[in-house]
Amino acid sequence: MSPLRETLIAALIVLGALFVLLGSIGLARLPDFLTRLHGPTKATTVGVGAILLASAIFFSGSESSAISLHELAILLFLFITAPVTAHLLAKAALHRQLPGTDVADAETPANDKREAPD
Amino acid sequence: MRRRLLPRPLLSLSVFLIWALITNAASLALLVLGGLLAIVVPHLAAPFWPEPPHLVRPLSALRFLAVFAVDIVTANWRVARQVIGPLHRLSPAFVEVPLDLRDPFVATLLASVVSLTPGTVAIDVDRQGWILLVHALDAPDPQALIDEIKERYEQPLREIFAC
Amino acid sequence: MLTAALEIAFVLIALAQALNLYRLLRGPDLCDRILALDTLGISAIALLVLFGIRSANTAYFEVALLLALLGFVGTVALCKFLLRGDIIE
Repeated sequence: MSPLRETLIAALIVLGALFVLLGSIGLARLPDFLTRLHGPTKATTVGVGAILLASAIFFSGSESSAISLHELAILLFLFITAPVTAHLLAKAALHRQLPGTDVADAETPANDKREAPD
Repeated sequence: MRRRLLPRPLLSLSVFLIWALITNAASLALLVLGGLLAIVVPHLAAPFWPEPPHLVRPLSALRFLAVFAVDIVTANWRVARQVIGPLHRLSPAFVEVPLDLRDPFVATLLASVVSLTPGTVAIDVDRQGWILLVHALDAPDPQALIDEIKERYEQPLREIFAC
Repeated sequence: MLTAALEIAFVLIALAQALNLYRLLRGPDLCDRILALDTLGISAIALLVLFGIRSANTAYFEVALLLALLGFVGTVALCKFLLRGDIIE
């Protein structure tokens, strides 16, 4: 394997893992459910995306196949399902009337600070 | 004849491409099987999806995808910084975005795009008033966010699908 | 270098899994637990793909794909249950 390709794969792997960790930090640290939803739905998806990309590069040109793209199938699937999961979870949270899910005063800037985190 | 065999050419093409991705296009037999699936699956899916969207501008769609990909990366960078930074500076808010588009599929697409980009999650599309309810992780200025979503994502999507 | 990168990534994702687990156990609401479970699933996909790279074995790909499918269906079913008190309407 050429040094350039190895560096690229290594960088993608570490970057991806870092984003996965950041998403989980958001999940553990943010104050209420709807803000917590933001961490995993995005950071984790992109983190896994970078790792899958690294895998695609790693397996391309190996002895079994000239080009390896099936990681992209998982990536596509994650990018389609992540918004659906987020949407359903948000709806469930609104349905259960969790703290911080009072929609009545949306879009009125005066009310936006109503629940300062921490 | 062609219309009866392939009622939705784009859907058939997507099924075939995804099949090729999953199997890594390993052999001719698998590709033939993918071709069969590409014919059968749209017929099976038709009852669930009676009104297919019309892709009128494939080239703009590609450009939109490029913009979207860059946005995802920058959005993640921003959210990542917010998550490890001081939390009291965030001002989470619900924002109602009035929509101009009137197509359920494109509205779904827009909601997915919003969910995957800058600290925003689409929660609900109200199909009476066509309002998209969005929750933002940090929206000190809701109006700016509304304008951004409308200009950056809704406008191109309306052009691409002509609705 | 690749080996070192893989080791670092394993540690980072293990930390992430610990945080997910914390949220899964702590709650406080069922929604938080479902979200934590979903995130655990997605990070597990990352771990599987990394294992695949380390052992240079493509068989892990199928496992990862299956986990992605099952995780999604499971999360949707749980959300549906919370919304309607019933999974199949």
